[in-house]
Amino acid sequence: MSMYSELVMRHFTDPSNVGVIEDADGVGKIGNPMCGDVMEMFIKVKDNRIEDVKFRTFGCGAAIATSSIATEMIKGKSLDEAVQLSNKAVAEALGGLPAQKMHCSNLAADAVRAAIEDYRSRQKEKNGGQGKTSNS
Amino acid sequence: MSERRVTYLDHAATTPVDPRVVEAMLPYFTERYGNASAIYTLGREARQALDQARAGVAEVLNCSPKEIVFTSCGTESDNLAIRGVAWMNRERGDHIITSSIEHHAVSHTCKQLEKRFGFNVTYVPVDEYGRVDPGDVEKATTDGTVLISIMYANNEVGAIEPISEIGEIARNHSIPFHTDAVQAAGSLSLDVQELNVDLLTLSSHKFYGPKGVGVLYVREGLELVPAQSGGGHENGLRSGTENVPYIVGLAKALTLVEERREEESQRLTALRDRLTDGVLSSIPHSRLMGHPSERLPNNANFVFEYVEGEGMLLSLDMQGIAASSGSACATGSAEPSHVLVAMGVPPSVAHGSVRMTLGRENTEEDVDRVLEVLPGLVERLRAMSPLYAG
Repeated sequence: MSMYSELVMRHFTDPSNVGVIEDADGVGKIGNPMCGDVMEMFIKVKDNRIEDVKFRTFGCGAAIATSSIATEMIKGKSLDEAVQLSNKAVAEALGGLPAQKMHCSNLAADAVRAAIEDYRSRQKEKNGGQGKTSNS
Repeated sequence: MSERRVTYLDHAATTPVDPRVVEAMLPYFTERYGNASAIYTLGREARQALDQARAGVAEVLNCSPKEIVFTSCGTESDNLAIRGVAWMNRERGDHIITSSIEHHAVSHTCKQLEKRFGFNVTYVPVDEYGRVDPGDVEKATTDGTVLISIMYANNEVGAIEPISEIGEIARNHSIPFHTDAVQAAGSLSLDVQELNVDLLTLSSHKFYGPKGVGVLYVREGLELVPAQSGGGHENGLRSGTENVPYIVGLAKALTLVEERREEESQRLTALRDRLTDGVLSSIPHSRLMGHPSERLPNNANFVFEYVEGEGMLLSLDMQGIAASSGSACATGSAEPSHVLVAMGVPPSVAHGSVRMTLGRENTEEDVDRVLEVLPGLVERLRAMSPLYAG
């Protein structure tokens, strides 16, 4: 019996999409070791869709579970959809989180946004800074 | 799911009640339930049990029964000692000396005195092993110092503080000296004459007694402002109808652990060393916090780099192993353990702490079980960690 729901525990013990993408199109890195939370999210983007996603997390059970489910929730989605991922949606998808752990769901949503931001700014650079982002 | 015995390694948090203690307590619930202040026989019987319990505790502490005050817990004892002395001496001075690694029952009480009642508190530092230097305490004393409070043994890393030495310094300066000895019972001597203390805190549920009862030793002649006024119980220091069954339980538990103290300390030291040797040799990037040998016999506190404490505790729990951690997430606070930080451990590393504290029912089998599962679970978490280079 733990303070977490079964779904959270499942994602903690058997997380989805753990790892690194060497040639990622976007990388989001948030948190800091001093706070006890660091999340890294790697995305591969094709036709403005998230083709592949991987994560690594240093953090508590909730941090790992929220990262894991966030990757499941954005895989295959368009960038526009994925960037709207909210912490509420993450927590709900996990069947709820203890109140003091809700901030972990914020981190997961932030990591997704950071990865997409990174991808977009890389695109901007590629396009010579002309802001030619298709359908952002 | 296969039958799995729980491997309980969190004795610093609490202990199971010894069946002999339960047996000693039971008659006082339904048979000898009298109020110890009553004149009739039922009351006298309760009074007698109370007196015997008090004498039993006094014997272990090498003091007079008159100097034993029963409270509801260690926290209450700490609060009574610190506020009691501070308020009694407010006219004389407003300075308190304590350490940077105290239990919150001491440090938060001191902080409150600082914030709301105009006291000044010096928090003496500790070395990398969590030990206080008596010289630092002496240096901090002023004419306005009314209390020194330094814990006997630290609950997180098991550091044993030089209480007798500090007590001597306190005596030379005529400053009342309190020690939170909550973690020391059953492992270290509680002889208050040798320790040179004027106040000492004990908590029953740390030594196989019930939760909800504690002791404050108060040296005769030392005056305190009571926190709890009422019928004048406990020499007027702690009013409230005496909780006879629990007090009987506490005294029985204390006597039992004191009887076995030396042999149990040896047994636990051997088990603890087996655990720490095994962990440090099988798991890379792991460290033992605190002094390798001058620590409580049952205490093993590790930090594992690149992984976080709560995650490790969850993984251990799934294997039927109960332990604790100084990580922020594990304690539900925003900061990692103030003890580890005071010892110079970087916060990022402090988040990777796991504390295991052995006890009476632990065996070599338990230790070996930990050594079997811990490396794998640390490795699994490291494989997921962005901080781990592999």
